[in-house]
Amino acid sequence: MESLIAPLLNGTADGALLLIAALGLALTFGQMGVINMAHGEFLLAGAVSAYWTQGVVSNTNISILLALPVAFVFAGLLGLVLEITVIQWMYDRPLDTLLATVGVSLGLQQLFLQHYPSGVPVKKPSLLDGQLDVFGYAWPLRQIFTICLALVCLAGLAALLRYTTFGRRIRATVQNRPLAETLGIATRSVDRLTFFIGSGLAGLGGVAASLIGGTNSQLGTRYIILAFLVVVAGGLGQLRGTVIAAWAVGVSTAYFADWTTGSLASVITFGLVVVFLQVRPQGLFTIRTRGLA
Amino acid sequence: MSTTPVERATTFARSWGSLVGIGVLALLLIVVAPAVLDEFRLNNLGKYCCWAIVAVGIGLSWGRGGMLVLGQGVFFAIGAYAMAMHLTLETAGPDGIPVFMILYDPLAPLPGFWVPFRSPIFTLAAVVLVPILVASVLGFAIFKRRVKGAYFAILSQALAVALAYFIGGTIKLTGGDTGLSDFKSFFGYDLADPVNRRMIYTITAVVLVLCMLVVWQLYRSRFGELLVATRDAEERVRFLGYDPANIKLVAFVVSAVMASIGGALFVPIVGIISPKEIGAAASILLIAGVALGGRASLFGPALGAILLGYGRSTLSERFENGWIYILALMFIVVTLLLPDGLASIPRRLSGVVTSRRRTA
Repeated sequence: MESLIAPLLNGTADGALLLIAALGLALTFGQMGVINMAHGEFLLAGAVSAYWTQGVVSNTNISILLALPVAFVFAGLLGLVLEITVIQWMYDRPLDTLLATVGVSLGLQQLFLQHYPSGVPVKKPSLLDGQLDVFGYAWPLRQIFTICLALVCLAGLAALLRYTTFGRRIRATVQNRPLAETLGIATRSVDRLTFFIGSGLAGLGGVAASLIGGTNSQLGTRYIILAFLVVVAGGLGQLRGTVIAAWAVGVSTAYFADWTTGSLASVITFGLVVVFLQVRPQGLFTIRTRGLA
Repeated sequence: MSTTPVERATTFARSWGSLVGIGVLALLLIVVAPAVLDEFRLNNLGKYCCWAIVAVGIGLSWGRGGMLVLGQGVFFAIGAYAMAMHLTLETAGPDGIPVFMILYDPLAPLPGFWVPFRSPIFTLAAVVLVPILVASVLGFAIFKRRVKGAYFAILSQALAVALAYFIGGTIKLTGGDTGLSDFKSFFGYDLADPVNRRMIYTITAVVLVLCMLVVWQLYRSRFGELLVATRDAEERVRFLGYDPANIKLVAFVVSAVMASIGGALFVPIVGIISPKEIGAAASILLIAGVALGGRASLFGPALGAILLGYGRSTLSERFENGWIYILALMFIVVTLLLPDGLASIPRRLSGVVTSRRRTA
């Protein structure tokens, strides 16, 4: 029983972490069409914020809660700077945003590597040290924390997009930019704020990653491609598919890792997602348009 | 429509002038470089030429075809590992087992997929035919489903990442993350002998020039026009009665073969192949040279790749950590300000001059 339960629970936690990273991409890539390869490094920024907050507030339980807003703002500001300096000139050439942000990602990685060659040692909060007994499997509380965080992010983002004025403005800008502008929406500031929130979400993911995994300079590289695949496989323009895809990828990788080895599991998962995209290139759910592209 | 002699002369010069350029490049690489460079530098140049061969293919797929092939590491790996397996077996001798396999399990037989690579002819055929097969199947599936743009880029990068993971994870079959190395001979020629190393360099340079001739011919052909048309307005090409998927497929397969050949030549020159040379970062570096040189131009990709390779080794010797920042900055500046690469500088400058003249 335990051998069947353990991958399910661990995989769900992994999927939750992937979901937080992918939610940010669902905004910046899914809504705005920008391919930000530095999104993974914003996870690193989140992990660094968690480490810095611990330097100021020594109580690990309080500092992790404080780290969340700090990480959100820090990663968000990085994203904002990136949008203003690089991306805003390239909205009409999405493939070039990919190349330019690859450069940004390389630079940020190297910056991190020079300052923290062995990663940031984030102390685990003492309250999250325990385990929860699930059918005989001791489920680490840290993983449950990650899942809760992912759910909060998801609910927050969904509510923001659906119920607030700002969310309506985002959707209006995405669906028909000229019309949104004629209605008096400042689409440029909407773009910037969307990018801020998307990048900030990666920061939150970084805090979670610093709790359940190692944080070295390769953290972003490990998640970025998978996160993009999750967003594409889920289908652009909505969050439902992203959630299902992230969870499926997390859980299936955990089961394959249990049956084979870690690296083979990644290969199988990658392969499965690629095959899935062959069958449904538009992803799980799609918003129908009459566009040709 | 009648053409003036001047117009005829410029069309002639545009088409055949590039051929002269290729001739000059061939002279520089095949005759001048071996005469002036010492053995170490020549070997390095050979390595850059391997990347340049891959880059020429990327220029075809990405520059002219608009397909951002972020996963050329896959095809590079096919050629490189085919060659590396052959050289490993050659080093092990007839009926020998590669050393790294004996280390893991002294009694294990040679894995079945290694056996045919004892034959040099099979290896050479595999270097060309396997990428054709793989790229055709992949490309057919992808392009017929009309996957393009960012999706194609992410998908192809995912394949390179997956392959690097796979090779890293199958240490007993492929040497894993340490890769394959310590080759003693190349189709019977001793790899320690400088004369033979020079020969391998010359082969690489000749292959690079041949690849450039191939794309030169493709660019000036009807196919080249169709490829650019597909890049710029795929739907219009479809409405004209062509199938864009087939056009893209041809470009993709040709660039895959070039990547594979580049990989195969990389192995005897550098002496090692490991997942590090094929994964996400390596595949992106292959793209970087093409972006730097000018993706859509004839000479841009190859010269960009050689320049980047040279810059990589000199800068990383001088500033151990700093060169990555330079590389990062290059990515940003080139894509932001010079999307057509260094190759577009002369045209831009002459554009400035003529517009000044007009206003004067």
